[in-house]
Amino acid sequence: MACRLCEVACLVEHSRSRDLMKAYKREKPRAVARIRVEELGPLSFAMSCRHCEEPSCVRACLTGALSKDPETGIVSIDAEKCMGCWTCILFCPHGSIVPDVERGVAAKCDFCPHLETPACIAICPNRALLLAEEKTHA
Amino acid sequence: MPKYVIIGNSAGAIGAAEAIREVDPQGSLTIVSEEPHPAYSRPLISEFLCAERTLEKMLFRPQSFYQKHRVEARLGQKALRLDLERRQVEMEGGDKLSWEKLLLATGGTPIVPPTPGTDKKGVFTFTTLADAEALKAFLPGVRRAVVIGGGLIGMSVTEALRKCEVQVTVVELLDRVLGAIMDEPGSRMMEKRLREHDVNLCTGLTVKEVLGQPKKQDQVGSVTLSDDRNLPCDALVIAIGVRPRTQLATGTAIKVNRGIVVDARMATSVSGVYACGDVAEAYDYIQGEARLTPIWPNAHVGGLVAGRNMAGKETAYPGGTNANSLKYFGLPVASAGLVNPPEGNGYQSLTAYTEDSYKKVVLKGNRIVGLVLLGDIQKSGLLFGVMREGLDVSSFKEHLLSDSFGLSHLPEAVRRSRLEGKPVLTVGAR
Repeated sequence: MACRLCEVACLVEHSRSRDLMKAYKREKPRAVARIRVEELGPLSFAMSCRHCEEPSCVRACLTGALSKDPETGIVSIDAEKCMGCWTCILFCPHGSIVPDVERGVAAKCDFCPHLETPACIAICPNRALLLAEEKTHA
Repeated sequence: MPKYVIIGNSAGAIGAAEAIREVDPQGSLTIVSEEPHPAYSRPLISEFLCAERTLEKMLFRPQSFYQKHRVEARLGQKALRLDLERRQVEMEGGDKLSWEKLLLATGGTPIVPPTPGTDKKGVFTFTTLADAEALKAFLPGVRRAVVIGGGLIGMSVTEALRKCEVQVTVVELLDRVLGAIMDEPGSRMMEKRLREHDVNLCTGLTVKEVLGQPKKQDQVGSVTLSDDRNLPCDALVIAIGVRPRTQLATGTAIKVNRGIVVDARMATSVSGVYACGDVAEAYDYIQGEARLTPIWPNAHVGGLVAGRNMAGKETAYPGGTNANSLKYFGLPVASAGLVNPPEGNGYQSLTAYTEDSYKKVVLKGNRIVGLVLLGDIQKSGLLFGVMREGLDVSSFKEHLLSDSFGLSHLPEAVRRSRLEGKPVLTVGAR
């Protein structure tokens, strides 16, 4: 339904204050959402990192900032190591990595490590966003 | 138990070591590198130069990498010769390393033109940490520098030098900077940004002689350009490109063209010997042939493919084309594939400009074969994905450059496969 609440929840969860008003109105630089809603005619969906099996972004990263955890399968980014070259953005065919221009680092879905359920999933009023665990052959 | 030897310790070598360990946790694995450091990110040497980063913050993998992957790291040691008969690497100092599977991931060497005077003190190249350390140590007392070459390395050293408050003149043989990865409007946009940061540009020119200082002839004092202009400078950085470091393979049975020739498994013409990265000629799916594409991501993927095959897991290289994304003086620049298509021949270019961004998509028939983005690069990945897959864009061509372009414009089957996170196969791999 393209309410975009997931974008809001993502941004707030990745802000410093984790407070809606402060995150949008006071924090500078403002946090960025790592999920985006696309809408075209009757079609709408939310898109974030797919944590790919063979992640192009990890393979392409010039500094080693991106990695895929062999245990959890989560693809994450170490902001300390990121140089903000946006090579991962060029190589991600999903358009799921976001340039945090003001901080000069790439941002992406991290499955909200501080929450039991990622913020986007918890807030989705239509239960359109779901989290499923999958066992891989590894 | 197989014995693996990897010569080199950068993007390709690390990719290979990780892939070997994925498949074979046991076999002995040795990495040999002339450089004394653990693998580090070469593109970060510019941040090292201007003191924004230490080696610790440049490491490509955590400190524990070699131990965790059970790699014997022979760092700071040079491989001199290959004995293909005995399957041994002869090391400097007399050691011999036996291999069952060997990977040549030796990278590239900076090209130094035969210009008179380049042997003087104060002349540098800029591809390794040692290069950056040497230039950094020389910087006190450097007020003016000349950078030969307006490509990626030239831009990156120029930016770092400007941050150190050095006046910089870039001398570029072509009539514009970033000529290999940009089209003309893209280059002009970068040049505008360079001028805003007080970089002096001399395009369409070369350095014909490096001159010494009046009282210290062995130390750089100025350069003479091909138009006979003389530019005083305290340091000179040569950044005109790299050539494959093929020395170990040259003169052996390993087939070498411009780089080491490899097949889809990254195997050379000699059984048990593989090559990847800047030293290898691997398949380019846009050019439709094997050629040098010396970029970090292709080296890493090539290494991964080589490693899996070395360890016995049959894997094909998906193909790689020239693709770069970087940021100089705050201006993001991304490009891929064919950015300067030959006139006619069925190529079509779509372009979009705003005040601070420029986008171009090059089409052949209904397929994307090239991309240029400056400023706003957010859509580069979606476009490059469509290009890699060789998708027919006729049903969504008019949306390609719009700000709202997204997965929603792609055919349903493609959109679904993206949403499911399925791998994007390149044209060549199908």
